[in-house]
Amino acid sequence: MSYNNTLRQLYTDQLEEIRGKGIFKEERFIHSTQAADIEVEFPTGSSLQKVINMCANNYLGLSSHPDVIKAAHEGLDVRGYGMSSVRFICGTQDIHRELEQKVTEFLGTEDTILFPSCMDANAGVFEAVLSNEDVMISDRLVHASIIDGIRLCSANHDTFKHSNMEHLESKLQLHDDKRIKLVITDGVFSMDGDLARLDEMVALCEKYDAMLFVDDSHASGFIGKTGRGTHEHCGVLGKIDIITTTFGKALGGASGGCVSGRKELVEMCRQKARPYLFSNTIAPVVVSGVLKVLDILSGSTERRDKLEKNTIYWRKGLTEAGFILKEGDSPIVPVMLFNAKLSQDVSRDLYNEGIYAIGFFFPVVPNGQARIRTQISAGHEIHHLDKALEAFIRVGKKHGILGLSKQEIIARYGL
Amino acid sequence: MEDLKDIVLQYVIEEYMEDEDDEITFDTPLISGGYVDSFSMVSLLVFLEKKFNIKIPEDRATPEAFDTVHSIVALVQEYIKE
Repeated sequence: MSYNNTLRQLYTDQLEEIRGKGIFKEERFIHSTQAADIEVEFPTGSSLQKVINMCANNYLGLSSHPDVIKAAHEGLDVRGYGMSSVRFICGTQDIHRELEQKVTEFLGTEDTILFPSCMDANAGVFEAVLSNEDVMISDRLVHASIIDGIRLCSANHDTFKHSNMEHLESKLQLHDDKRIKLVITDGVFSMDGDLARLDEMVALCEKYDAMLFVDDSHASGFIGKTGRGTHEHCGVLGKIDIITTTFGKALGGASGGCVSGRKELVEMCRQKARPYLFSNTIAPVVVSGVLKVLDILSGSTERRDKLEKNTIYWRKGLTEAGFILKEGDSPIVPVMLFNAKLSQDVSRDLYNEGIYAIGFFFPVVPNGQARIRTQISAGHEIHHLDKALEAFIRVGKKHGILGLSKQEIIARYGL
Repeated sequence: MEDLKDIVLQYVIEEYMEDEDDEITFDTPLISGGYVDSFSMVSLLVFLEKKFNIKIPEDRATPEAFDTVHSIVALVQEYIKE
């Protein structure tokens, strides 16, 4: 069938429907490197605007760090641009294995396997280690990539209420007849910024002979005293059976991800995980950059310490100004607005004030929980945070929401 | 079939409601209203099948059929009768 007018109209209608629902996604073109200060073309064709970036996953400010760029250049010069192969044919260089060993050491696990992205790691890991005799029990707020991975796996699945340990325990009891029970959670939840209760989850998994999976993409490099992740923060280093994480956020921000954990499970991924088997190896330039990132983080906690201080400063400022925040210790700081249109209006007004922060609403977050998700970076200086705070206060005053309770905001704007 | 309605409503409240402010009725749109995500619906399906000793085919266990307690009850009744 050719792409005729009927088909064109079919897709045009579907796109219009997305627009009509107010969930059409538009890209904003950044004309600078990724950093606290960026230059943005938005709407497309307009002149560049200098804004402070409050929505990047660049938690440690390493995305454009000169030492990382230098290491990436060296990797490019010495190991070339691409490998033109999957890992197991002729796509594995010495530096790929070196990075796997460095990540293993950094996360305190037994072994690691690289994937083109953490999305790919999550898509491949469950089917590689589970079968239809098993069950996956996942937190209801896990990342979309985990849900896709679960859908691709033949094992049974069930869910438990977000961070609700009693509910998780009841599910572990309910599925006690299964061969393997795998409990699945994010380390830091990307929309709420709260941390999984991994110490309690490890205890429950030990009690019911279950395995534990943690996606630590929003934690690796900065959560925990030395930045190892949520498992370090919760005092359960070495007790997580499977950790997946990304190099596309704090760890340099380019791309790539991994599965790290029990060596037999990692080996199963090497034998069976389809995104590993059928997708290209990570480019040498990226591997070289991540190796440098891990060197920097292993040598000093300076950047994660600065991020922690920045986060405390930002949370305190917003709270004192009268905004409602989601509780948490991570640099993901959601400013709750509840009403979807209000979240879009506030985001637009902030942009006009030189602050780049995105509003999220249903279906990305639960209905009636629209918000501006701010993300703090070690690349922010206090003057960035002060300027952003002043803008938030001006916009908050404009909409009359400062000091209002959840009920008062809903009464004024609706859900 | 008041009992059936009450059993399903009670299960939905206990299994899915997170926010104490949320009040749901037999007609509350659970999935399209954002109270229950379709991915988590599987536990309700397993509960119904075990509780009423029925088997609901995959192609009938749609987000639409599971959107309200009323529609869930209607679906369950079809299979109880068989």
